[in-house]
Amino acid sequence: MISPIKVTKRDNVPRKQTAFILTLSIVLALVFSGIVLLFFELNPLKVFGTIVTGALGTPMRIEQTLIKAIPLTIASLGILVAFKMKFWNIGGEGQIMMGALCASYVALNYGHLPPNVLLPLMAVASVAGGGIWALIPAIFKAKLGTNETIFTLMMNYIIIKIVMYLQYGPWKDPASKGFPKIPGFSENAILPEVFGVHIGWIFMILLTIAIFLFMGYTKKGYEITVVGESIGTARYAGMNVPAIIMVAMFISGGLLGFVGFVQASAIEKTLTWGLSANYGFTAIITSWLARLNAITTLFVCLAFALLLQGASYIQLSMNVPSSIADVVQGVILFFVLGSDFFLRYRVQWVGLKNAAEARVYHD
Amino acid sequence: MIDFLAAAVLAGMPLLFATLGELVTEKSGSLNLGVEGMMLMGAVIGFVTAYNTGFPGVALLGAFAAGAAGALIFAIITVTLRGNQVVTGLTLTIFGSGFARFVGDPLVGQSVPKSVQAFFARVNVPLLGDIPGIGPVFFRQDAFVYIGYILVALVTIYLYKTRPGLNMRAIGENTASADASGIAVDFHKYAHIIFGGGLCGLGGAYLALVTVPIWQADVVTGRGWIAVALVIFASWNPVKALLGSYLFGALSILGFRLQSMGFHVSQYLVDMFPYAATILIVIFSTQKNRKEDQPPTNLSVPYFREER
Repeated sequence: MISPIKVTKRDNVPRKQTAFILTLSIVLALVFSGIVLLFFELNPLKVFGTIVTGALGTPMRIEQTLIKAIPLTIASLGILVAFKMKFWNIGGEGQIMMGALCASYVALNYGHLPPNVLLPLMAVASVAGGGIWALIPAIFKAKLGTNETIFTLMMNYIIIKIVMYLQYGPWKDPASKGFPKIPGFSENAILPEVFGVHIGWIFMILLTIAIFLFMGYTKKGYEITVVGESIGTARYAGMNVPAIIMVAMFISGGLLGFVGFVQASAIEKTLTWGLSANYGFTAIITSWLARLNAITTLFVCLAFALLLQGASYIQLSMNVPSSIADVVQGVILFFVLGSDFFLRYRVQWVGLKNAAEARVYHD
Repeated sequence: MIDFLAAAVLAGMPLLFATLGELVTEKSGSLNLGVEGMMLMGAVIGFVTAYNTGFPGVALLGAFAAGAAGALIFAIITVTLRGNQVVTGLTLTIFGSGFARFVGDPLVGQSVPKSVQAFFARVNVPLLGDIPGIGPVFFRQDAFVYIGYILVALVTIYLYKTRPGLNMRAIGENTASADASGIAVDFHKYAHIIFGGGLCGLGGAYLALVTVPIWQADVVTGRGWIAVALVIFASWNPVKALLGSYLFGALSILGFRLQSMGFHVSQYLVDMFPYAATILIVIFSTQKNRKEDQPPTNLSVPYFREER
């Protein structure tokens, strides 16, 4: 086939150009989303404007935005560790639920313990729960080569059904007069606030730094990256690939499980089956947009939290469904995935005549 | 028992369409994990067009186009722009679910118009429908089920007996050789990704128009992912895909059946069956060693002529 466009591979794109192409693709994504909004007879400028004021307009709204950034960032850090290894962990939702379930078990049964004992116990339980929920597919992947995408995803549905079963059955609050809900946590099981927002924001910052250092400056982090680049290379270098897969997935699931603890304790103050609120999926978008870099992830998640909070605000104020946020997120990632091409390849217009001539020489 | 099997065939239908769609896509060398998203896009557009026009044909066409449009996004990003197939597919799923909730928002709780419901009423096939056992299970179903049978036959013939089918399998097995022998690689990839997406859209539309004829945004509930697993289970063979879909159809209605027979099992635990079974299938399918059970050799391997 003769094409007037010549595509050649290139490396070492200057930083400025990378930033330019990424910014351009996000702008194009917003323009495209705007066109979609026009199609639904909505004024895109008004919608985007209201999203921003809805997320940042008052101190209360900023607080709400931050509250959404906390689970999203921690979840994205978890996804990042798995994706760096090219282990496609799309079971984030389930790992969040499992973490929440384990933390809730502790909170509901040992609610009388003082907070400085109870809260760490809940945290440990949630990390272990989420970690084990991710470790199951990891063991099969490491030992038998089982496809992890479908496995991790199915684990989401299973844990949600288990939580529903508990909520409508054994864990149902007898005091709620038949209404199917799990009892609320005791005061001791609820995370304290620091400067008006629950303490999760401190965890968010600390974990971001921790994962940044772990991935960039430790042997394990390096091994995870090598396995992601090439399993063959990792084996040749004498790395224990199955062990690396399992450790990395336990860390990934553990972080997501921790999100479950934070949400159950600070937000829901009990266990509900809708608690994971799609954070496990949105985290896939944010961590990939951040090019699997922990520090960048924090900033991308803050921006996405703005979008999420703004979208839930326009649902109330403009009667626009908040699912517009999912659409916009998807469009942004589509554009960024596409823009990657222009970072890896140089695209030149050579014209049909030159292309035909080149083809003749080539043949 | 016959009732149960007939219901299983019906429940397996949306899975069959999606599984065939993903099968065609994978045979041509692309792994599109956006099946769930394309089904949701097909479901919502199918429902919206059925609701607004009342014509079943228009609804099915709309659903096919919606799934195909989702697949087109995937094709542009992964074939032309060489993006990561896994992440693009996942994004398509997230996008599709947002799209379905956004577009379907004003219609939540509305039902499918009577004219469309009538189109999907059961039709008794003369002669075949009277065969004891087989007749009531397979030939007293709705029009969609019969389209499904025909589709399995057509896809099988297309894959194994036609020139374009051979070409696309060649691309899936060894893209570089196919390219060298003069097959238009990008064109074939686009065509099959888009057609596969259309079938996924139809599967989603069936869920929204027949299985649950009242609009709700979470109508697909993981069936797209089960379809991805069924392709592996079926070893990329359309006839086995049919069997797999029925098996999963049976699993998905088993709980309801058990309860109506007086067994006291929790609805929520029974609902887990298809998902747990999918995991088992994925585990065991990986262990198959026979040559004909293997995925297309170049499945999800990106191909760029310049990098040969």
